[in-house]
Amino acid sequence: MKKKKVDLSSGALSVLASLICIAVGLIVGLIILYCINAEQAIDGFTRIVKGGFYLMPKGLGSVLAQTAPLIMTGLSVAFAFKTGLFNIGAAGQYTLGALGALYFALVLHAPWWLCLIAAMLFGAVWGAIPGLFKAYFNVNEVITAIMFNWIGLYAVNEIIYKGTIGDMYDMKTTKTYTIRSVSAGSVIPDLGLNSVFNTKSTTIAIFIAIAIAIIVYIVINKTTFGYELKACGHNKDAAKYAGINDKKNIVLSMTIAGALSGIGAGLYYLSGVAEWNPQVSTALPAMGFNGIPVALLALSNPIGVIFAALFVSHITVGGGYLPTKYFQPEIADVIIAVIIYLCAFVMLFKGFVVNMIASKRKNAADANAEKKTNDGKGAA
Amino acid sequence: MGNNDYIIEMLNITKEFPGIKANDNVTLQLKKGEIHALLGENGAGKSTLMSILFGLYQPTSGMIKKNGKEVKINNPNDANALNIGMVHQHFKLVECFSVLDNIILGIEPTKGLFLSKKGARDKVVALSDKYGLKVDPDAIISDITVGMQQRTEILKMLYRDNEILIFDEPTAVLTPQEIEELMKIMKNLAKEGKSILFITHKLNEIMETADRCTILRKGKYIGTVDIKDTTKEELSKMMVGRNVNFKVDKQPAKPTETVLKIENMTVPSKMHKNNAVKNVSFNVRRGEIVCIAGIDGNGQTEFVHALTGLEKMTEGKIFFDGADITNASIRERSKSGISHIPEDRHKHGLVLDYTLEQNMVLQRYWDTEFQKGGFIKQGAVRAFAERLIDQYDVRSGQGPITIARSMSGGNQQKAIIAREIDKNPDLLVAVQPTRGLDVGAIEYIHSQLVAQRDKGKAVLLVSLELDEVMNVSDRILVMYEGEIVGQLYPDKTTVEELGLYMAGAKKDVVPAEMNS
Repeated sequence: MKKKKVDLSSGALSVLASLICIAVGLIVGLIILYCINAEQAIDGFTRIVKGGFYLMPKGLGSVLAQTAPLIMTGLSVAFAFKTGLFNIGAAGQYTLGALGALYFALVLHAPWWLCLIAAMLFGAVWGAIPGLFKAYFNVNEVITAIMFNWIGLYAVNEIIYKGTIGDMYDMKTTKTYTIRSVSAGSVIPDLGLNSVFNTKSTTIAIFIAIAIAIIVYIVINKTTFGYELKACGHNKDAAKYAGINDKKNIVLSMTIAGALSGIGAGLYYLSGVAEWNPQVSTALPAMGFNGIPVALLALSNPIGVIFAALFVSHITVGGGYLPTKYFQPEIADVIIAVIIYLCAFVMLFKGFVVNMIASKRKNAADANAEKKTNDGKGAA
Repeated sequence: MGNNDYIIEMLNITKEFPGIKANDNVTLQLKKGEIHALLGENGAGKSTLMSILFGLYQPTSGMIKKNGKEVKINNPNDANALNIGMVHQHFKLVECFSVLDNIILGIEPTKGLFLSKKGARDKVVALSDKYGLKVDPDAIISDITVGMQQRTEILKMLYRDNEILIFDEPTAVLTPQEIEELMKIMKNLAKEGKSILFITHKLNEIMETADRCTILRKGKYIGTVDIKDTTKEELSKMMVGRNVNFKVDKQPAKPTETVLKIENMTVPSKMHKNNAVKNVSFNVRRGEIVCIAGIDGNGQTEFVHALTGLEKMTEGKIFFDGADITNASIRERSKSGISHIPEDRHKHGLVLDYTLEQNMVLQRYWDTEFQKGGFIKQGAVRAFAERLIDQYDVRSGQGPITIARSMSGGNQQKAIIAREIDKNPDLLVAVQPTRGLDVGAIEYIHSQLVAQRDKGKAVLLVSLELDEVMNVSDRILVMYEGEIVGQLYPDKTTVEELGLYMAGAKKDVVPAEMNS
């Protein structure tokens, strides 16, 4: 009986720890709002907490549209974490994925699923490069990935822009053409979701992302491949001793992480949420970097990533509803940042909760012990 | 007997961890100026008890008294303030510092902003003279022997005027000569009024040095005995709860055909420019236990790594069952019938964050018994792990789903041994398989090695323990500075002669074709 209890609570504890982070983050956010404008603080805070629900049904639709790519970049980072790698290159892989999706859609007019596969492959290549450097030259993947983020960004900008004559570049809007107007078949189908949410960009992308999260969960936890990846992540020497090819696993892990980011970009751009602006895009897409906090908040659990991504999109969208007269929408980013910062303490919180429960149990056990003094079988 | 006789008393100490009671109402009383041994099997709770005394853990219940007064020890600083010092099993030294720097680290004497080591040096030299702790204060830690490092640790305690000295399995890492010297030092310390707590499971050492001994079994207090009134047999019975057979039961070996043939193996060293293994050749046959004896760091590790594929060799060939496996991968070697009980169970043997059942299939998870189409058969893994746990008596808090990290060292080792022997290998490479284990577990592991041999398998044992070398092996190869310097037979040699070979004082020209 006792064994089961410990087992059950370990998963619940992780959730609890993440929830504590969120709660503390929200409180800090409220304090910040209060400092900026005391009168409007409660109203602003309500808007953030309500998120997409503030403006139904449109808001919810845009939360879902933003969640899909965020799940993918979150999975990308979480997957690499499992192998002991830090994929800070999700942003670059996402950028390349965007190029793949846009090129296949705007130039080749390919069907949406083919565009998505292209996005995946482009991202995979960009993930594989840091993996190869790590495996065969022992170059830290963080350094390579950061460099390839910027190489990717400016290369993609140049390919799209080409001094205004790029095939995908629309001089009137200074962005890429909208996919819907050029190649309707390249837009991910919405199956009526757009009319439900009264939006233009709520497609089945969210379901694709959730399905992929479940697949990633199964791969990591139920397959020999996942077993090998995790073994490499936990203990490289023991993995080697077990005859696992660690170099191959490092490359594969980064390639798959890149593919996941690439799909994320595909889901975003092929849903028509936004167009690429090669002149303004001098910053890496935030979607790529936000994958890191999502993975952290989810403690690298693929199913947890779904909820973490939902939450992050939820309050980001909520931040957009802040009255700009009083607040900057970036307040939502500040709150997310605080939560993420606290994520580093998730383990600490977990330990704290464990101790609390343990001392409560002990008190209960002491009470029991008085009744039943002769119980020596506890020590196994 | 009045309370004042005891310098330290740990009364009715209980310490609970999730799912396990590490100490259950344990009492330990240390007299001033005595050597008190703390004896118990792995997982008996010795280390937990000492960690409580040193302030690393807080007891769930019970009290600690010093000189009859209750004290609270919340961290090692408190312990230090009470003059309690500890030599950990794995030394806590800064490798690139000198002996003197390590000793004064944390309480550096200063003059203004500058170190003033003169006084410290005098004190250290005086202490090392007084207690016979020979060590050069200016030597760099990474250059000196393990024995000298240990003396540095002891000096660290003495420099801090510690009165109560805890030694956590101090002899595990020493050569026979160094052990003898340590025993002398400990007796000296006790004569000078220091009180010593000595954690060990080596009965010979207890019989030789200790005044009294407290025995723990499965977290419970079994008793405290005067050494002069007891015997080795009685102690081991108290520790294990049954009679232990010290002599390894075995018939003379009946070796048959050669299964492993090593020709001119040379392996480079990662530590220095020379080769770690130099031109080593020998054979191992079915039905014999060949032991590679030697002092730690004479190339045994590199040799085993090259044999099992963890490291590349620069020259030579390995034949296994007639096939050339010189360039085979680790997995291919494992599949062809080589099992490997690695030297470092935490580094190579286990994925500590995996569960016990996941570790049990570490060498076999790819087998169709455990996977189908890339999916792990969870049920088969669980059943397999449960069978091994049962068969090899691997104890843990939560059975197959216990995280390996939370298990005691002895049970971690048992899990590895279960996994490797159950593979039914033609050649079992066992590197220090009993390191840090208690007599009960050692007896068990030795009998398993002999059973493998009697089943017609070959066993290659690498050991630093003279008793183990003499008792278990059928043939001894002594390795010194990367070379095989002698081939001996346990029934035709003595521990002393073996010691001379191990120390490099004696050396034979061993024929390349060594086959009994």
